[in-house]
Amino acid sequence: MNIYVFVKRVPDTESKIRINHETNSIVEEGLNFVLNPYDEYAVEEALRLREAKGGKVTVLSVGKEEGLVILKKCLAMGADEAVLVKDEMPETYDGLRTAKIIAQALKKKFSDFDLLLFGKQAVGVDNAQVPSMVAEFLNLPQVNVVTKLEIEDNQGVAQREIEGALEKVSFSLPAVISAQKGLNEPRYETLKGIMMAKRKEIPVLTLQELDFSQEDLALQIEIARMESPPQRATGKVIEEEPAEAAKKLVEFLHQEAKII
Amino acid sequence: MILVFMEVRDGEIKKSSLEALSEASRKAQVLHTKATAVLAGHNLESLIDKVFPYGASKAYLLENTLLSHYSPSAVAQALSLLIHEVKPEIVFFSATSMGKDLAPRLAAKLGVSLVSDCTRIEIKYGKLEVTRPIYAGKAFLALRLKSSPQIVSLRPNVFPLLEPSEDKGEVVRKDVLIPEDQVKAQVKELVKEAGAELDVTEADIVISGGRGMKGPENFDLLRDLIPFLPHSTIGASRSAVDSGWIDHQHQVGQTGKTVSPTLYMAFGISGAIQHLAGMSSSKYIVAVNKDPDAPIFKVANFGVVGDLFEVIPYLKEELKKAQ
Repeated sequence: MNIYVFVKRVPDTESKIRINHETNSIVEEGLNFVLNPYDEYAVEEALRLREAKGGKVTVLSVGKEEGLVILKKCLAMGADEAVLVKDEMPETYDGLRTAKIIAQALKKKFSDFDLLLFGKQAVGVDNAQVPSMVAEFLNLPQVNVVTKLEIEDNQGVAQREIEGALEKVSFSLPAVISAQKGLNEPRYETLKGIMMAKRKEIPVLTLQELDFSQEDLALQIEIARMESPPQRATGKVIEEEPAEAAKKLVEFLHQEAKII
Repeated sequence: MILVFMEVRDGEIKKSSLEALSEASRKAQVLHTKATAVLAGHNLESLIDKVFPYGASKAYLLENTLLSHYSPSAVAQALSLLIHEVKPEIVFFSATSMGKDLAPRLAAKLGVSLVSDCTRIEIKYGKLEVTRPIYAGKAFLALRLKSSPQIVSLRPNVFPLLEPSEDKGEVVRKDVLIPEDQVKAQVKELVKEAGAELDVTEADIVISGGRGMKGPENFDLLRDLIPFLPHSTIGASRSAVDSGWIDHQHQVGQTGKTVSPTLYMAFGISGAIQHLAGMSSSKYIVAVNKDPDAPIFKVANFGVVGDLFEVIPYLKEELKKAQ
């Protein structure tokens, strides 16, 4: 099975986000960038499928050269190949643009795929758009937010998480799947993997090589402002006997929050 | 026209879809246009009248037996046919599991961008200016869409429902043509656990436990509070989930769910930055924690410094008394 996994470099979830109001962007200095946590589940699932059924796992990232670091990590986890599609554009928050680039890369360079795996969303942008958009551009089935995946021959069944329940979804390959926490437990890189990843060449594709014109990728979203969240007013903190504390807490719920 | 997609689950229109319709109705007034609802599926006739009290002046019913089981590609196909015909300026979805699955598929089909999961909508120069959280709420982004239609998904539990009116509207039934090859991935079965709890994104009250809960069995202490707190459910911090005490569906925070309930109750949760990001937009936050320096107290409206195992039994008694 020929599997492609799409990965993104994101600030880790412990990051404090500061805003540059002049450029309407986040301040990147001092941030620790990592492989998007949801993409880790996608990579792990691809490796497990390859181990069970044979085939090849290729990881692909769209973005600046700094993205090579997370591609190396995926190689160290066990991916066979990695590709960077170099895009110097700062974060656009426009999933359509990323999806166009990925769909075009697949059509032009990697049309031999059986399965396309994504994280359910990139933490940070939190759009959850790209997998479904790529599926539409390539006329493929999609199953998002998947916590269980079974593939037999050319048929698949995925368990997808929805509000308070799970959907069992059937589809045929090739297909787009996006991974949710719970799908698997991602492995750590091995020392041997890290050494091999170091030596591995990662080809870099440019947007020109994918035959994009400027207007093909023109943004349809305009950033008006980026703001910090409203500060919450400082509340009341009490330290009293449990019985008294519970009583006052319920009084708060009743009188101020008017919940009960 | 503002077209609003109505999601049907368990034979009912979802409340969050009615919230999106209510917001569409408010914005339609400003824009001197109409809010219109669309339902897509099979045998939905009995539901169509439910949209008029929430501001729809018209409702489209897209019928096809192929739509009886949800398939994002098929529903997107049906919606795109309608959109090409009636040319709405704006399309709203609720950012539920289905909305998040469907809206980007439709947007790509129409070749337009999409703003996901927004929490505020304003009108500027006759166009939408949409605000959405990024980094799970650590920052907010105000965006304008240059494309037409402007497609937006609205976070559930954020936009208020209209006071239901007695209004009636026009129903337009359409048999939509869906080629069978457009039914790609399709739901075959819905698995609901017995006694499944309300989803954290849909509850009015989230009763959440963290590392301070000390073990899976102690989450029953929180579950025991559910009967006394209307429309409530159980949440959890990442450390509780990663310790295997509770399923990740309950996780609130940056690698879990972002919630905006009326009340968020944090028990034994210190308040790591990725957790605070996921719940700071709650209307009220109360916290019980042993550590007086826990960051959770910085966002709490009411905090109790104390041992949750000592406080919760009294809390249950007080809540019982307040019934």
